[in-house]
Amino acid sequence: MSSTTAERAAAPDTAPPSEPSYLTAENTVASWLLTKDHKRIALLFFVSITFFFFVGGAAATLMRLNLATPEGLLQPSVYNRMFTMHGIIMVWFFLIPSIPTTFGNFFVPLMIGARDLAFPRVNLGSWYVFNLSGAVVLYSLIMGGADTGWTFYTPLSTSYANGYVFAAAMAVFINGFSTIMTSLNFIVTIHRMRAPGMTWMRLPLFIWATYAVSVVMLTATPVLAMDTFLLAVERFIGVGVFDPNLGGDPILWQHMFWFYSHPAVYIMILPAMGVASEIIPCYARRPIFGYAGMTVALMAIAILSFFVWAHHMFVAGISIYAGVVFSLLTFFVAVPSAIKVFNWTVSLHKGRISFDAPMLYALGFVLLFTIGGITGLMLATLGVDVDVHDTYFVIAHFHYIMVGATVSAFFGALHYWWPKMTGRLYPEMWARFAAILTYVGFNLTFFPQFILGYLGMPRRWYTYPAEWQSWNLLSSAGASILAVAYVLPLLYLGWSLFWGRKAGANPWRATGLEWSTPSPPPTHNFERTPVVTAIPYCYDPEHDSFVTQEGARYAG
Amino acid sequence: MPDSVALRPEIQYANLEQQGDTAQLGMWVFLVNETLFFGALIFIYFMYRMTYPHEFAEAAQDAVLWCGTVNLVLLLTSSLTMVLAINSAAQGERRQMIRWLIATAALGIAFLLVKGYEYHLDFQSKVVPVVNFETKAGEGRARQLFWVFYWVGTGLHAIHLIIGVGLVLYMLLWRIRQGKITAVYYAPLEVVGIYWSFVDVVWLFLYPSIYLVGRS
Ligand SMILES: [Cu+2]
Repeated sequence: MSSTTAERAAAPDTAPPSEPSYLTAENTVASWLLTKDHKRIALLFFVSITFFFFVGGAAATLMRLNLATPEGLLQPSVYNRMFTMHGIIMVWFFLIPSIPTTFGNFFVPLMIGARDLAFPRVNLGSWYVFNLSGAVVLYSLIMGGADTGWTFYTPLSTSYANGYVFAAAMAVFINGFSTIMTSLNFIVTIHRMRAPGMTWMRLPLFIWATYAVSVVMLTATPVLAMDTFLLAVERFIGVGVFDPNLGGDPILWQHMFWFYSHPAVYIMILPAMGVASEIIPCYARRPIFGYAGMTVALMAIAILSFFVWAHHMFVAGISIYAGVVFSLLTFFVAVPSAIKVFNWTVSLHKGRISFDAPMLYALGFVLLFTIGGITGLMLATLGVDVDVHDTYFVIAHFHYIMVGATVSAFFGALHYWWPKMTGRLYPEMWARFAAILTYVGFNLTFFPQFILGYLGMPRRWYTYPAEWQSWNLLSSAGASILAVAYVLPLLYLGWSLFWGRKAGANPWRATGLEWSTPSPPPTHNFERTPVVTAIPYCYDPEHDSFVTQEGARYAG
Repeated sequence: MPDSVALRPEIQYANLEQQGDTAQLGMWVFLVNETLFFGALIFIYFMYRMTYPHEFAEAAQDAVLWCGTVNLVLLLTSSLTMVLAINSAAQGERRQMIRWLIATAALGIAFLLVKGYEYHLDFQSKVVPVVNFETKAGEGRARQLFWVFYWVGTGLHAIHLIIGVGLVLYMLLWRIRQGKITAVYYAPLEVVGIYWSFVDVVWLFLYPSIYLVGRS
């Protein structure tokens, strides 16, 4: 149990590849910038979103520095711009694209046995559109940023805000095209490009999760696109549909915004659920518990996520009956989510667990998701929400989901699939240390915010009464630990690129098709199209053996 | 100019049939997204129309009915010619296909010309918010909401139609000239056709919302 999986006998390698790996096939800059290879595009996205992760993180650093003392460090107006840009960049330029555009791009074709996504040019276009929107948001940031909060509430955003709201809204609008292009590609690919024998009920859960999230992206994003388009029109020409002077309804903005942005929370968490469902069976050496239930739960979450948006608006003047209905519907979403947590937990039962870094990240994901989910139920309760609305309780809750859970899963996926993507093993001990540090740093940062919120500290305030300083200081100190835990993988993963041990085709002895091809994979993924004969996650903890999806059995 | 060339599927597809099927599914999935995009706008329109029925009925009196109606006819006809073009492609009747496609593009361009003229008339009757808008005595301010919807809705529709005309011209001047559309493989043309019909359907929703309000 204590030995790392890599040290155990690895599955035999496949024959030496006849095609060069995707990394070495071509070496010019143009071959990267004009590539149609989904694996290279995944790496391009990885570079872009990592950049924005650190830009958004820098804004968060300034915020936590400011909140370390009641007197603060930043001017109030600067603080407003920092939390706004932090939110916009982290949500649209890191969290939403994070797992789908990198690991989804890289592994959807590999896991279903395809040679590429259905539309490689659309895929590359998505990256360019993403960078265009990124350039616009950086323009907005450098010129001074917007100060409306990431939610752009009208009429603040249309009439009263001073910052570069138009540019920020256009960045979100353009960003949506990238999301739509990527999700369209995934949906079509999963429908039409599966290898022979890869039936729907044999799909790895990461594919199911990617499918579910693509459906949500495809149907929610256009509503936000129209919403931000109308906002930009109103901001730009001064007349628009949210303008109360014309009889327009500013609350309409909130309805349309949350019609997108509540599902967006699931856009961020569904792929993370898929990642956890890959990692946990592999490191528990046991089939996932309740595969069919997991697929149904994923789709149920995707669909239900569209019917709960007004729980963000309990104090916005919606009717009490609407409030009751949306509160109830929000409780319903908890059912499939709880089924998933239950299944992950049971998947550990009688397993042969090894606590390697990906597993630590995955377990961290489950724990943080559970805390975030349960506090979400507290917020879904009408009376409680009215009490803690717009306090740090809400901030802590959604950071547990969006940062704690999703970013943990992102790092879990990064470690789990790193050998496949680069052909190198990462240093296990450093990785375990980073995983534990993430968990500690995260809880230190955000648990105090639950308490602050319960005490009544409002979100988005640049200052606070002196008696709350100890909790705020604790949170800021935790944030510095978290920052180290997030930078650390960059260093040792970068090191492993050059000096890491070479990984075989299947270092973790996993069952998915992506492990049946060399690491790193050849340009067209497979020497021959794989034929699938088995369900995923055929691990046997008793004999420590496993059966790949192609039906090959490996003894312990 | 070759009539047809031997086509091979792209590397990720097993055969041309799979490639064609996938392309069509891609367009349908894209149209799901488009439906929600325009659906959100039309939803907003109906919400405000229910809130301000009189203002909207009054405002709609200034919409140029004949322009909208001519355009409805033009666009419906163009969908017919588009389908006929695809049908000719399936039969391998290359000249017929080209003729029908030219007709489709021409009808699309005619729509845009009529629309442009209508915008000119709109400007003269002072219904362009901010730029040239006259608030008439005794009318509610919500009248402007109608015109914001009008400009956003018809503007976005026109952009979609321009893209559609561009796609038809791309088929004519590039794919068909190169001989890449044949009776065996004409899926790209079908993809364009699906998109074209969607743009048409959007007008079917915009037309009554804009031109027929309060005229019963
Ligand atoms: Cu929500």
